[in-house]
Amino acid sequence: MLSIDRSIIDAIIAHARRDHPDEACGVVAGPVGSDKPVRHIPMDNAARSMTFYEFDSMEQLRVWREMDDRDEEPVVIYHSHTATEAYPSRTDVSFAGEPGAHYLLVSTREPDSEEIRSYRIVDGVVTEEPVRIVEPTVDPHAVQSYMFGQSPTTVDYECSPGR
Amino acid sequence: MAIEVRIPTILRTYTGGAKSVEGAGDTLSALLTDLDSKYSGLRGRLVTEQGGLHRFVNIYVNDEDVRFLGSLDAKLNDGDNVTILPAVAGGAFGFAAAAALLGRSTAPVR
Repeated sequence: MLSIDRSIIDAIIAHARRDHPDEACGVVAGPVGSDKPVRHIPMDNAARSMTFYEFDSMEQLRVWREMDDRDEEPVVIYHSHTATEAYPSRTDVSFAGEPGAHYLLVSTREPDSEEIRSYRIVDGVVTEEPVRIVEPTVDPHAVQSYMFGQSPTTVDYECSPGR
Repeated sequence: MAIEVRIPTILRTYTGGAKSVEGAGDTLSALLTDLDSKYSGLRGRLVTEQGGLHRFVNIYVNDEDVRFLGSLDAKLNDGDNVTILPAVAGGAFGFAAAAALLGRSTAPVR
């Protein structure tokens, strides 16, 4: 199962809508071994096509190195299908090179609703998995302020410099 | 002469799980032949039967894509870093049609 925050899904959908009718693609990185997608990285579709996507090789090197430096891995690799359903095509299966990643597909075929599905693709075998979208527990739009030395979950009474 | 080669997850089955290995050679082709003598089968995942680089593998020497350095003929020097990444590509278009359109081998990178 893929668990992913609502804010990241919203950012992916916004990217897919922005690039429609071309296919949009990108990565969500997370700490190695965590299976937790936390950092959304929209990528250029070097193919700029309605039916095909390809990461730009130099951008990919930069992003993959950055993930390496931060002890991250590509937890989610996403792209959009702009005229068909959100199911991996034969092309997607043939080119799936990250066996540990969740392959997320967003279909922007319908103008006001999105289909979001996730797959594992290992050795050419496609397995669909459920997607759990984690809703924010704190209203991100609410105005909040915290006293010095406090955070929503902790209060540092000492404000000691050594910690 | 030692060249550090970074291996992507999908090819680590060939290197006993190692993320990075050392090889030798004054061209990319020679390096891959050297690596294949230690990690049998690795070269076949990167080079087609026709002797070209698989389209859906990216290989970099330092910060350059080898496609701009002469592909398999790219020159290597002691201390260079070589990075192998699976190209990320796909889409709604049928695989055979895409391969034909792009003039690429239909052999999947596996």
